[in-house]
Amino acid sequence: MDIVVALMQGIAVALEPMNLGLAILGVVVGLFVGAMPGLGSVNGVAILLPFTFVIQSMTGSPTSPMIFLAAIYYGAMYGGAISSITLGIPGASTAVATTFDGRPLALKGQADKALVTAAVASFAGGTISNILFTAFAPPLASVALKFGDPEIFALMLLAFATFIGLGGDDIPKTIFSICLGLVLATVGFDIVSGEPRLIFFEMTGFMNGIRFLVLAIGVYGIAEMLWTIHSTRSGDTGMAQVDVSARRIWQNIKEFPEAWRGTLIGSALGFFVGILPAAGATPGSLMSYGVAKMTSRKPETYGKGSIDGVAAPESANNSASTGAMLPMMTLGIPGSPTTAVLLAGMVIWGLQPGPLLFSEQPDFVWPLVGSFYISNVIALLVNLAFIPLFLWMLRMPFTILAPIIFVLSLVGVYAAYQNMFDVGLMVMVGLAAFFLRVLDYPLAPAVLAIVLGPIAEPKLRQSLLFSDGDFTIFLTRPIAGPITVIALVLLLLPLFKLIRNKLRKPAAVAD
Amino acid sequence: MTVTRRSFGALAGAALALATFSGGALAADGFSPSKPIDFVIMAGKGGGADKMARLMQSIIEQEGLADRPVVPTNKSGGSGAEALVHMNGVNDPDHTIMVTLNSFFTTPLRQPGLGVDIMDFAPVARMAEDTFLLWVHKDEGIDSFDAFLGEAKARGNKWVMGGTGKNAEDNIITDFLNANYGLDIKYIPYKGGGEVAKQVAGRQITSSVNNPSEALGFFESGDLIPLVAFTDERLPMFPDVPTLKEVGGDFSYFMQRAVVGAPGMSDAAQAYYSDLFAKVYESAAWQDYKAKKSLMGDLMAGDALKAYWTTQRDRHEGILRASGAIN
Repeated sequence: MDIVVALMQGIAVALEPMNLGLAILGVVVGLFVGAMPGLGSVNGVAILLPFTFVIQSMTGSPTSPMIFLAAIYYGAMYGGAISSITLGIPGASTAVATTFDGRPLALKGQADKALVTAAVASFAGGTISNILFTAFAPPLASVALKFGDPEIFALMLLAFATFIGLGGDDIPKTIFSICLGLVLATVGFDIVSGEPRLIFFEMTGFMNGIRFLVLAIGVYGIAEMLWTIHSTRSGDTGMAQVDVSARRIWQNIKEFPEAWRGTLIGSALGFFVGILPAAGATPGSLMSYGVAKMTSRKPETYGKGSIDGVAAPESANNSASTGAMLPMMTLGIPGSPTTAVLLAGMVIWGLQPGPLLFSEQPDFVWPLVGSFYISNVIALLVNLAFIPLFLWMLRMPFTILAPIIFVLSLVGVYAAYQNMFDVGLMVMVGLAAFFLRVLDYPLAPAVLAIVLGPIAEPKLRQSLLFSDGDFTIFLTRPIAGPITVIALVLLLLPLFKLIRNKLRKPAAVAD
Repeated sequence: MTVTRRSFGALAGAALALATFSGGALAADGFSPSKPIDFVIMAGKGGGADKMARLMQSIIEQEGLADRPVVPTNKSGGSGAEALVHMNGVNDPDHTIMVTLNSFFTTPLRQPGLGVDIMDFAPVARMAEDTFLLWVHKDEGIDSFDAFLGEAKARGNKWVMGGTGKNAEDNIITDFLNANYGLDIKYIPYKGGGEVAKQVAGRQITSSVNNPSEALGFFESGDLIPLVAFTDERLPMFPDVPTLKEVGGDFSYFMQRAVVGAPGMSDAAQAYYSDLFAKVYESAAWQDYKAKKSLMGDLMAGDALKAYWTTQRDRHEGILRASGAIN
């Protein structure tokens, strides 16, 4: 097969000392960038883009700098999980879903298991999506083109549907939480009309909208810390000590197959969401978590330390990051913010991403694809080697850890947006989220809504512009129709359950 | 095991402190940046403006033209309104520059409430004028502007044009076509020119008025066909594509690709950036890009650029008034 030969040659080029060295360097940089709250792969890639011109002038080809940037991208996807698990603050937006179960596992003294699972699931997701990418990149590009506005909206609806169950059994509170997130997502400029919306007190800061990391760090940094203080009071987080040894890590690797379901769901769904322009790794990982929970036999363990709950989002964000490379390379359309920067790099290096890239630039494409495989192996090994260091952080007493988390939350938001307004807003969000938590409102659905809302809303309105306001456009199109129907059924299921429970209750309370 | 998260943070803090300190020390003769230059992009990632801005950044870095790094940030909200408001309120105008499009003229006209007067901005450099062509998918079976008019008329408002925002450049051209040829084309805004080109390539919409740089990939693969150019002369890259003037229309439209300084920028800083971007303009990489992406227009700066803005603003005011967007 031509593809296999081309790939082997590509891997051989990627293994040349220069390229291998760059891949290792990129992975390590990415790992730390990803683990720092506020800094994600997009920051790492954007900051180091100029540096790659030096590499290009040294090697004379655009392949080596691209390998370097792609390695940062992968490394960051691995790194994001680290702070999600050990500190409970998502290291990057792509790792938000990892906190849902990673943090409870750490609190149970199984941080090592969570970290190893995250690393191995990331590797599995990356590798599965690499194989899909290698085999089907050009045909999948046309699938991405088939997804117009109604299709993307239907998919977003499906994502919301899978999350109705996320908040536990209290459906009304979950719906409230989703609505809250959706309302916050509409703050700022409206792309369709070009008018500002919900600019409270005429503060210009709201014109940028309430950004995702502001909400996520507020909820998972500030509110979570306040909650821990509130619920323990003694100053003891109840975090069990973890002893680290190579044997224990090996033991965890051997137990990884327990998480096969989450890994498989995450890898497949993540890749698919990744190839759709406009989506990217963050919705991919959140959706995978939702689907893994919904289809699980033990959904009640999710959110309390399910190993599948770590494997699904982690395999998904790696899988999606490879997926997002696909529309970037074959259509010239970035599927995620990071690939937008990579795309700019390719243009600067004189390449024309587009339908002809694979046939006209094989000397660029195949070594890069080969490096995807290599970088994944490197990222796995580096990550496993660093796990003892990450676990060491958990041994810090809470009285030291809490101020660090607080500072990291402030610095993280500032680093992401360079704007004090967003820092202040994040603290307010954190306080509000704490009170909601005390009142037993689930917050994960709000976080999901603020990720998906800004994607879903323009797609809804573009679709309706298209159909002159006719909602049946979501049902009559061949791809959008089935997705919408599934989403509606899933959305209505809990309602039926609710009604059924309400009908039963009077009988139970009668005595 | 020494690099903990804590020391990492401390390191970052120290670097930050260092940057703040060195901020006080200005070069004795004239202006030179004392900290990273904030390079705002008035459009989303992956579109024409974005690629161009990152190319400028890379030329500056590659040839070592500036002492401090140039850091691009995208502010795409509300047809550039987000970027304009941001520029209007920056603390440090001497270290804030922006790449602009024509929304630089239209958005303040449409939204006087923003409190933005474009004449307050520093005229650093106009790097090029971008061109527009009308694109359709090859499977529409349309090969000329006349065929397009016939088909679009027949389909009425089922003919859908994608664009980059209400009253953006492509919306103005669409309005012109509707008003002058008795068409009823429906206009749908998307996040950037790259996404619009993709929508046409996937046949989700029927046509676009993309810049050459946005549609090039799909043009080379044969998916998209240019029908007419909204320029005064035929473009060297598309020698077979007539201009609108050749097929009987009296209309041409360009988009400025200019770099502006934030309101309140000092004259010394403006001179520094004008000089910097003149060097970028002269570079082989920029000239090559200009040729490859069918950009027109020469370098323009200072008062000449301000005069150009005045004419452009008046022209856009007329266009918006005619289309009923403002009154």
